[in-house]
Amino acid sequence: MKYNIGIDIGSTCAKTIVLNETKEIIHRLLQPTGWSSVETAGAIREKLTELGVDWDNAAVVATGYGRISVPYADKCVTEITCHGRGACHIFGSDNLAVIDIGGQDTKLICVEDGMVKDFIMNDKCSAGTGKFLEIMANTLAVSPAQLCELAEKGGGVSISSMCTVFAESEVISLIGRGESKENIAFGVVDSIVKKVATQAGRLNLQDFKVCLTGGLCDFPYLRQRLEKTLNVPVDACPDARYAGAIGAALSAAAVRK
Amino acid sequence: MSQIKLPEDFVTYPEARKKAFMALKALKESGRRVVGTYCTYTPQELVDAADATPVSLCAIGEENIPPAEKVLPKNLCPLIKASFGGAVSDRCPFYYFSDMVLAETTCDGKKKMYEYLGKMKHTHVMQLPPGRTGEGALAFWKLEMEALRRDLENFYGITITDEKLRQAIKLRNRERKAILNYYEVGTLKPSPISGYELNTIITSNEYAFDIEKKIAFLEKRTAELIEKYHAECEGKPSRPRILISGCPTHGVIDKVIKRIEELGADVVGFENCCGPREKKDPVDETKDPITALAEKYLRVNCSVMSPNPGRLEALGEQIDDYKVDGVIEVVLMACHTYAIESSAVKEYVTKEKGIPFLSITTDYSTTDQGQIDTRLGAFIELLG
Repeated sequence: MKYNIGIDIGSTCAKTIVLNETKEIIHRLLQPTGWSSVETAGAIREKLTELGVDWDNAAVVATGYGRISVPYADKCVTEITCHGRGACHIFGSDNLAVIDIGGQDTKLICVEDGMVKDFIMNDKCSAGTGKFLEIMANTLAVSPAQLCELAEKGGGVSISSMCTVFAESEVISLIGRGESKENIAFGVVDSIVKKVATQAGRLNLQDFKVCLTGGLCDFPYLRQRLEKTLNVPVDACPDARYAGAIGAALSAAAVRK
Repeated sequence: MSQIKLPEDFVTYPEARKKAFMALKALKESGRRVVGTYCTYTPQELVDAADATPVSLCAIGEENIPPAEKVLPKNLCPLIKASFGGAVSDRCPFYYFSDMVLAETTCDGKKKMYEYLGKMKHTHVMQLPPGRTGEGALAFWKLEMEALRRDLENFYGITITDEKLRQAIKLRNRERKAILNYYEVGTLKPSPISGYELNTIITSNEYAFDIEKKIAFLEKRTAELIEKYHAECEGKPSRPRILISGCPTHGVIDKVIKRIEELGADVVGFENCCGPREKKDPVDETKDPITALAEKYLRVNCSVMSPNPGRLEALGEQIDDYKVDGVIEVVLMACHTYAIESSAVKEYVTKEKGIPFLSITTDYSTTDQGQIDTRLGAFIELLG
């Protein structure tokens, strides 16, 4: 048996996917990246060995911001190419607009005929990313998933600071004013959605089937809000958080050839 | 990751600057006049005709930012901050040795910065018209040329003759031709030279104060490269070919230009003021020199001009001539005019020319190297 392994070391989570020859997922691993990408890469290798991966028959492609820290990778491919490729596989279409909300980056990727055609990334700023959501959730003493659930019941609050640090102070002053958690959570999600929508405005999403990948794809409320704001249907599925790793594993299959 | 192969006698930009510093010191001690300049709009011929040496002042270097931010706002283009910071901190030896500075009201940031710079040393600021097609723009710019002539004459107590100007125009036109021919080595496919080396040699040569020697050096190097192409490169496969557009890239040459080539593509041309932009367009040698200079220096395709259709024309021409696979535009943080033009450039490159386009916004720091690498890497991957 041949193993096509994709390892996506993101800023927050490391995702690993093993595909067999017929491109079926045989293993999924998810773990925090922690402070050392190299150590995480080592831990992934051990875990895969335990799962019975035969390294003599394995091809490995690394992606994500920690891609250069996987010493046993045969190749590094950027997460933009991998997310595009992975999303095509997951959503069964070669023409997609991929919204990937990751830990430190939000990416919008246009794929035509299975090839990345154009992409936009956020500037060096965490507004509109998973990190923004995480920090705000911490401030509200809830998990990011809980924050999204709370947001569904809230309304009427908007967070105007684009800078995460200032937005946190803004949230703290809202707490101080006695604003409900639900309303603040609404403001947080609203801020992310607006930021993503502004970025998306630079691409013609109307021409594509739109899908959501990355760590926030599991949050139905966020997806709904995106649909509403962008005025297009947005697809998501549980495996979409592995899109980068799946794309990398598909690239590994190509490396072997 | 591939390493760029550089010739054994390759002189890096910092090395060239260091050498230039000593050369300028010697020049100055011999009694030579020195005028500090910043921009492609500067009519160097007028400086030459005053028997002075124009020298490019520092506009790069992260270390020049903190001294500038004591006076200038943080949210300002790094090139403006580094220009000011290099001058006020005496880190820029060329500023130190300049008798006076010659600058232009190119963008809002620069012209306001020059107000502060002018307090330290005589600074002649030429008023540039906001657009080249405006009624009276050329007549106004011609008056500015005459004003500069008078100021140089008064400052040095000399007379600038038309004869001197004509000589200077002829010499600089020859220099332009030599630089252009050298840049056009990049039209060869596959390219016999890395864009990093190509650009470094040009920028380093801004400090070659003997123009005749500079022309001879460039002609020799161009001939060597063409020979190398026929001997080693012709008929071989090419990596994706990138054209750089946008803001000046001196300050991000390691962070962007070098990285593109390390990540697997060739930078073959520059459609910015670090490239052949103005070299293609000589000064008319048959006209009255001041008129000819005014006409030439109003034709520079910078985004400070409104409208600026010349940039798209030049870009299209370069995309074809240099057999370009993708355009990467570099916008320096807070450079409004290039940032705004970016949408039109993207539209033109992707729709009219049908090739991929990437715009990156960055500054002189290295804090965003990871994000820049991901963008550049993904762009090169999509070029296949």
